[in-house]
Amino acid sequence: MSEIDDDDIIIKSDYPKFTSDMRKDHTILIPSMLDIHFAIVENALQSCGYKVEVLTNKGPAVVNEGLKYVHNDTCYPALLVIGQFIDALKHRDDTHNVVLLITQTGGGCRASNYIHLLRKALVKAGFEYVPVMSLNASNLEKDSGLHFTLPLIMQVFGSLVYGDLIMYLRNKTRSYEVHKGETQALVDTWVTKLRAQFDQKHGGRWKDLKKNCKEICQDFEKIELDKSTIKPKVGVVGEIYIKYAALGNNDLEEFLVGEGAEVMVPGLLGFINYCCYNGVYDHQIYGGKRIAALVNRFVIWYISRREKLMIKDIKKYTSITPMNLFKETKDKNQGVLDKGTKMGEGWLLTAEMVELVEMGYKNIVCAQPFGCLPNHICGKGVMKKIKADHPEANIVAIDYDPSATRVNQENRIKLMLSVAREHLDDKFSI
Amino acid sequence: MRKLGLDIGSTTIKYVVLDDDNQIIASNYKRHYSHVKDNMLAILYDIRDKKLLEEPFTFALSGSAGMGFANGCKFPFIQEVYATMCAANILIPGTDCIIELGGEDAKILFLTNGVEVRMNGSCAGGTGAFIDQMATLLDVKIEDMNGLAEKSERLYNIASRCGVFAKTDIQPLLNQNVSKNDIAASIFKAVVNQTIGGLAQGRDIEGQVAYLGGPLSFMPELRKSFDESLHIQGICPENSLYFVAFGAAMCATDTITLDKAIDVIEHYETSGEYAHIEPLFKDQKELDEFRERHHKDYVETLPLEDYHGPLYMGVDSGSTTLKVVLIDQDLNIRYSSYFTNKGNPVQIFKNILDDLYEKYPNINIACACSTGYGEDLIKNVFTLDGGLVETMAHFRAAKHFRKDVDFIIDIGGQDIKCFKVENGVIASIFLNEACSSGCGSFLQTFANALGYDIEEFSKIGLFAKKPVDLGSRCTVFMNSSVKQAQKDGATIEDISAGLSISVVKNALYKVIRASTVESLGQHVVVQGGTFYNEAVLRAFERELNLDVVCPNIAGLMGAYGAALYAKSLGIEKSTIITKEELQDFHHEVTYTKCGLCPNHCNLSINSFGKGGRRYISGNQCERPITGGSHGDDKLNIYEYVRSKLASYKPIEGPRGHIAIPMVLNNYELFPFWHTFFTSLGFTVVNSGESSHKLYTSGQHTIPSDTVCYPAKLVHGHIEKLLSEGEKVIFYPCMTYNIDEHKGDNHYNCPIVAYYPENAINNIRALQNVTFISDFLNLADHERFEEHIYKVLKKHWPDIKNSEVKRACEKAYQEYDNYLLDLHNKGQEIIKQAREEGKEIIVLAGRPYHVDKEVNHGIDKLISSFDVAIVNEESMAYTERKFGVNVLNQWTYHSRLYAAAKHIIKEKDMNLIQLVSFGCGLDAITSDETKAILEKNGKIYTQIKIDEITNLGSVRIRLRSLFEALKQEREGLKDE
Repeated sequence: MSEIDDDDIIIKSDYPKFTSDMRKDHTILIPSMLDIHFAIVENALQSCGYKVEVLTNKGPAVVNEGLKYVHNDTCYPALLVIGQFIDALKHRDDTHNVVLLITQTGGGCRASNYIHLLRKALVKAGFEYVPVMSLNASNLEKDSGLHFTLPLIMQVFGSLVYGDLIMYLRNKTRSYEVHKGETQALVDTWVTKLRAQFDQKHGGRWKDLKKNCKEICQDFEKIELDKSTIKPKVGVVGEIYIKYAALGNNDLEEFLVGEGAEVMVPGLLGFINYCCYNGVYDHQIYGGKRIAALVNRFVIWYISRREKLMIKDIKKYTSITPMNLFKETKDKNQGVLDKGTKMGEGWLLTAEMVELVEMGYKNIVCAQPFGCLPNHICGKGVMKKIKADHPEANIVAIDYDPSATRVNQENRIKLMLSVAREHLDDKFSI
Repeated sequence: MRKLGLDIGSTTIKYVVLDDDNQIIASNYKRHYSHVKDNMLAILYDIRDKKLLEEPFTFALSGSAGMGFANGCKFPFIQEVYATMCAANILIPGTDCIIELGGEDAKILFLTNGVEVRMNGSCAGGTGAFIDQMATLLDVKIEDMNGLAEKSERLYNIASRCGVFAKTDIQPLLNQNVSKNDIAASIFKAVVNQTIGGLAQGRDIEGQVAYLGGPLSFMPELRKSFDESLHIQGICPENSLYFVAFGAAMCATDTITLDKAIDVIEHYETSGEYAHIEPLFKDQKELDEFRERHHKDYVETLPLEDYHGPLYMGVDSGSTTLKVVLIDQDLNIRYSSYFTNKGNPVQIFKNILDDLYEKYPNINIACACSTGYGEDLIKNVFTLDGGLVETMAHFRAAKHFRKDVDFIIDIGGQDIKCFKVENGVIASIFLNEACSSGCGSFLQTFANALGYDIEEFSKIGLFAKKPVDLGSRCTVFMNSSVKQAQKDGATIEDISAGLSISVVKNALYKVIRASTVESLGQHVVVQGGTFYNEAVLRAFERELNLDVVCPNIAGLMGAYGAALYAKSLGIEKSTIITKEELQDFHHEVTYTKCGLCPNHCNLSINSFGKGGRRYISGNQCERPITGGSHGDDKLNIYEYVRSKLASYKPIEGPRGHIAIPMVLNNYELFPFWHTFFTSLGFTVVNSGESSHKLYTSGQHTIPSDTVCYPAKLVHGHIEKLLSEGEKVIFYPCMTYNIDEHKGDNHYNCPIVAYYPENAINNIRALQNVTFISDFLNLADHERFEEHIYKVLKKHWPDIKNSEVKRACEKAYQEYDNYLLDLHNKGQEIIKQAREEGKEIIVLAGRPYHVDKEVNHGIDKLISSFDVAIVNEESMAYTERKFGVNVLNQWTYHSRLYAAAKHIIKEKDMNLIQLVSFGCGLDAITSDETKAILEKNGKIYTQIKIDEITNLGSVRIRLRSLFEALKQEREGLKDE
């Protein structure tokens, strides 16, 4: 890398950093995205000595702060995440003792720039003293005070495994439960239980995983299901934030369930796998570093061991079809989109759509922020081809932005559901 | 059992009653003006009175506005497109495709070979509301549009993406006196293009096609326009208005009695839950105080009769209105008038003059100046003494009210203009180029749609208790937000107040993107007719938390400024057309296509007065007027790049043709690929320059309607190569670009990187040729050599590694030479410009913005201001990496930052950035570039480009910029 030209005319503000000694008295604020996962991650990080708080503020104030402090043409997730931070800061007394955590994928998508937009917004809003830390795997922003120690990695991955497993089982059962609310009650029980375990610094270890996954599966199997009505099966894919965050997608999952559909949202580990595989492909396609490829391969192996555990337990203790191993998912894009397409959700989005169709989720909502650049290619761009290969596929693309109203979006989804109801499965299966 | 189907659309309610054999025995429709409940009841009473139904009957609701109502009443609801499908299967079996346009929605349904439905999502262009809006603009009734289109002789390009852009295209046509017949037909064509381009998304519309919905039912010319574009003969079936209602009836399974239904609706109360904001005024006292405060800022209007001194005239020929003021020596207004221009400002102004000369035969006009969109037209036709760009006119007027004004915002009928004043110079200008929802016409449209006139409508909002929070952005979204709020129980008062507030929010957050009050300034002058609306003015002060100056002549400020300018010229006797000359005045317009260059502008030639004086408009350059050549091409590097790229001619080679689409990443890398493949013995051909025709030829395979225009053009370029019989097309995917070591990484943007994937997945015909779209990384020379060798080997097994190695070497060398050559050319231009004392503009964008169709000739337009143009490639060449406040990771954008940094030291250089509509990256880069420039006292100018072909507003921007630069220079001299 060439040396930086230290010309004094250029603006380069000295933003505050999160240093290791701040760990004791600074609270790390994390934007909300996935209710189950993040609730558990909160305690997992706490068990490693960090003070952590996942934000829960929502509503029009979040959007308004975003509109006020972020360029309005920036994508909606940035607007929401930054809006949520600023709204939260404005309602806190301890702003001198917080640090904001934001992810950076490091890819060619503008999402890698969120952190800078956040810093600019903080300056504009008068919170220039609040440090921001980047969570990324691309070696950007090297000076942040988060240390990836082995216990931390173990605890965080542990909580993500629970998140993915519980989310999967919840989606499989909740549309069919006989006793309304039973599934969510079980989810709540387990989240509370797991958080308590992490408080005791347990939960992430292999033996904890084995014990918990088994019990989770057994508990979900006990939920009484109504197998008499066959429901349309809908998969949700898209830009990662909009896909997962109810704040971003206007409670898409709830809406679909309310309309009488079974919903499937691919897990978060898939996205992490995707990022790791990109590290491997980078080496193969673009001449990326070999060492990076090796590290990524190790993480892939580490995750797959946990995936296998989930799959085994679902098979063994429930009557539910388990998810695929990511190793299988990752090749589903073949013949549609090249693996080199790695910006945003890239080939993962295509692979997930094909996989969902093949798994019986023929109906798909592809959710993205309005004007999402990668999704012009790997979402909207591949739909024609996927439909040609799978004529039964029923895909609708929904754009989200601050002013797109629910009515419009729901209307389009309802249409997709009408077509879905014409082609229901012959017999019940989950 | 009889069946009832109800279709609650965005503007109407339609119903059908079916008998046992599914025959329609009754049907009707009613406009609901958002009063769904009352109108539903009216319809049901009517059905009951006429005894159309035997009870009980089955029924269902449908329609875009029906869902909420159905939910509220717990009535069965059928999604409307699904209903259309059911109806089509019964009424017109064998149909392959349905095109349905409604009030606010547009849909295409593919019924055979895999049912698919496309609906307009985020864009309202091409719907009934759009045609309505355009009819209003033309000042004709919607019913007359068809008749006008029937008589048309020629078509003009009107951007179809959005109503706003269409307006910017139509307004100049009106100002140029193009006949309404032609405009009406062009509007229909825009609707057709929007529907096909936006909704077909890569699927061919063929076979038996049916047209449904209001606009297509009532306007045969619109159907004809579709037929022509699609090369089909579509049908408009009987009952084409009632398909949705029919389908709902057919899908109905629930039974009900009329009394029960009426009872449910009568007891249907909306929830009253919607997001709302504080009332504008608590009570009359607040309003009175507010009025009193604003009453201070006024200009005296005195009678003209008893004044005989010199008068100074200002004419503001705006986009929809024409305003004239006469001021006396003490700057009092002696005369003012305000007319909508009805698309013919010449006639309106003539009438005004006639009237003036008639009533005041001894009138003494010392000097007259014009401003606004129609500045040139009025100035030329009526021989005024001068003209000035509208921004400067407004500035002059604002200064009259507030000497130390540092921010001016003008909200007119269709445009918002804001400028920041620093050190007495206009420092930055914001115009609404992408959105009209912050403008006056937006309120007007809503008022009319709800059955009010605008004045009454804005008044009723003043004391609204719970104004609806509508946010900001597009009119279409606003429509559905309003609908939703009404459903939730918002009153007309709340909506009126909410809309006024949204106008303000839109102007502030969408156009100006202000985040803090301080960033605007402390001395704000607001103007434009929209601020006569007290609700808007109040909302504005509220949002800014600042008392602003709103002159009593807010709506006349442009004209007043022009009059002040006229006075400043110190002329004693105006050249304006005299009473006698006016009597002989006649005005005729003829139309022709300019043949002087491949742009083929549609010219309007205005002939008037004696001696056959002429005024030509519609031209994008000065050639048809001067008859001569384009400005000085020697000082325009864009011209140089184009000729340089064109100089890479195909060289016959033994391996046959390889064809390269001249798009995105290929554009700048053409010297590389040309050298590379020529060295390997290929004949390298390319797809040449883009044109609008080329764009439309590929439009039907575009999968995403919100992608940027340069990407959309890819489809046309590939179609062109295919139609020329090319068998091998080379268009590689490139995650990374060349690493110029100016940033932290060297990515391409996602679109540039991966668009070849979209080509192969959506252009069916590519399957019949060899399409090479492998992922290549040019940044890593060695790896590239290996990789490209493998790729080529697949297709040409005889290719040798050594040849490829040699070709690579030459290609890299040629690419370096090419960039160095550009740099040298840039230096040469700068040197010459300095010798000749000319301003230098860095016209920044992406390399492919050099394409004439992408930039719409903006480089030539700039060059016609007698300035030199260089690009960011040539300026960034010598810059090294430096720190910026964003992640600097895209090759093209790194150059942009570097170019910005380069010029901050140069007094005679300024930067204009071209930004493609829909470019997500530029949301980030433009802010940063602006920051770099403004921190160092430079003016940042951004021009958004899309399909639009109208350069009118660009011209205003440029004129304002050059005027501001001139002021700055002169200001510096004063010091």
